[in-house]
Amino acid sequence: MPTRASRHIVQNEPLLFEVSAPGKQGCQLPPLDVPPVELAGARPEITDFPEVSELEVIRHFTRLSTWNYGVDTGIYPLGSCTMKYNPRINELVTRLDGLGDGHPLQPEALSRGALRIMDLLSRYLLEITGMDAITLQPAAGAQGELTGILLVRAALAARGDARRKVLIPDSAHGTNPATAAIAGYQVENLKSNPAGTVDMASLERQMTADVAALMLTNPNTLGIFEADIHRIADLVHERGGMLYMDGANMNALVGRSRPGDFGVDVMHLNLHKTFSTPHGGGGPGAGPVAVKRELEPFLPIPVLTRRNGEPALDYDRPRSIGRVRAFYGNFGMFTRALAYIMANGCDGLKQTTEDAVLNANYVRKKLEGAYALPYATPSMHEVVFSDANQTAQGVRTGDVAKRLIDYGFHPYTVSFPLVVRGAMMIEPTESASQAELDEFVAAMLAIAEEAKTQPELVTGAPHTTKIGRLDEVAAARQPHLRWQPKR
Amino acid sequence: MPYPSNYRYTTEHEWVAPQGKTARIGITDFAQHQLGDIVFVELPPVGTPLVAGQAFGTVESVKAVSEVFSPVSGKIVKINDALVKSPELINQDPHGAAWMVEAELDGEVPAKLMDTKAYEQFVAEAEAAH
Repeated sequence: MPTRASRHIVQNEPLLFEVSAPGKQGCQLPPLDVPPVELAGARPEITDFPEVSELEVIRHFTRLSTWNYGVDTGIYPLGSCTMKYNPRINELVTRLDGLGDGHPLQPEALSRGALRIMDLLSRYLLEITGMDAITLQPAAGAQGELTGILLVRAALAARGDARRKVLIPDSAHGTNPATAAIAGYQVENLKSNPAGTVDMASLERQMTADVAALMLTNPNTLGIFEADIHRIADLVHERGGMLYMDGANMNALVGRSRPGDFGVDVMHLNLHKTFSTPHGGGGPGAGPVAVKRELEPFLPIPVLTRRNGEPALDYDRPRSIGRVRAFYGNFGMFTRALAYIMANGCDGLKQTTEDAVLNANYVRKKLEGAYALPYATPSMHEVVFSDANQTAQGVRTGDVAKRLIDYGFHPYTVSFPLVVRGAMMIEPTESASQAELDEFVAAMLAIAEEAKTQPELVTGAPHTTKIGRLDEVAAARQPHLRWQPKR
Repeated sequence: MPYPSNYRYTTEHEWVAPQGKTARIGITDFAQHQLGDIVFVELPPVGTPLVAGQAFGTVESVKAVSEVFSPVSGKIVKINDALVKSPELINQDPHGAAWMVEAELDGEVPAKLMDTKAYEQFVAEAEAAH
């Protein structure tokens, strides 16, 4: 069996609460030489704080960490998430004294370096996206979306043409309709055509004088480039609307194609996807929003500008939508993203994009046949299969994903996008070598074979992990949200 | 599971069972199969107005959260508390015990709703498309 894992590392590990013993301490404090004071606001009902030694704590968390699977462990083909490697140079730069010890309340005069970093990163991101102005403030993609749509609302109000609706394709990320609704718009669904892209006839019909914006992901969540993007943008603009681009799939475009050139008015980037800053549990995100000139006056304050030739912060922006985040955004992500861009350079970024697209198409070619491909349109940086070849055996996308864990791989994205029944969405990113892709492909092919010959092996997976198949239904219907001590 | 012959159906897979001036509303067997195990149902309070074609509640499965669109216009006069407590009823008996709300109708049931035969055909086409 070609496999990365045979057994997962399992160390039985009690909770710290359960190993506590009276009097154990992690550090020794000097004797009290002042009168004791009652702690204000202490909650007397909380007792039994764990008492443990330093070594017990270190071992506890080290053991727990061996249960993890991360991008440093192996391929993490979670479609639409761009789980790429986070290069160590990013960390080195971010920990330099002047940056690592910087504080957001430091006066501007003592923050020149930090401001220059934000300025340089902003200029690189504008060059990459082809847009006119940018805010680095939003803390992640969804907040970037909300910021972007609020900018659209403000700009249309300034035109004296406030509108009610936002159009969203049925393949979109769920955050898009959520964003539009929170920003006060009615959401209207735009159906995809058989190629998996925007249906021009539907857009023609639905793009009315009521529509503020079309929120589009390009390439879309099927990993397909919207080849009609110029016609789409022209139609939206002719009818007085704006084109928002969800930049989640920017890893397919960097260095090759610029949203600003194909008609996008406003977009967000995910530094934690495309620009290799930590993603998921690894750290906060960053969702800069780039805009065309018309939307610039509305950017969140403070806006990075120039004073006497030096980068400086401008708070005097009467038409701004206001702040969306404390201070200046997640600054630690800016240094990492900038390090990534500069370490790669122009050629490196182009190569990265090409490799990401190549890897997805390599996986597509190798798995085609074993798994059903609902859309034959060429793939960009990710490929969406479905479980249609496996359902007759009772094996579904979630089962194949769980069986992948037994083979030592993180699962792909399950049951998304919603336009594909039983979707299996695979995004290998440029980080995977051919050897690793071959291992992943071999595991997927072995599972396809198992689904035919011994489907119960797949539907019962995972078998090698500390905890086996969980009852997701019971967990959702009767959630136990808090650990309680055994009395 | 058969689709009751006296119900009418929407393209969004809701059913409505008219009875005089009131009607019960729920989601179809096809819808519950698509959604999978239902874990949560959210319904508006009694007295809430219903507009045909507009969402009035949500159902959540382990896979997705979906809005439920009203097949008819009117006002909610009763909600199914048993369903809110036991959302799995939708998986067990979608056309019966899992009714969601009872509405007092504003006029007639919309003519564009499908009858059982048309809905069965609609579902067969949806199955074939996948």
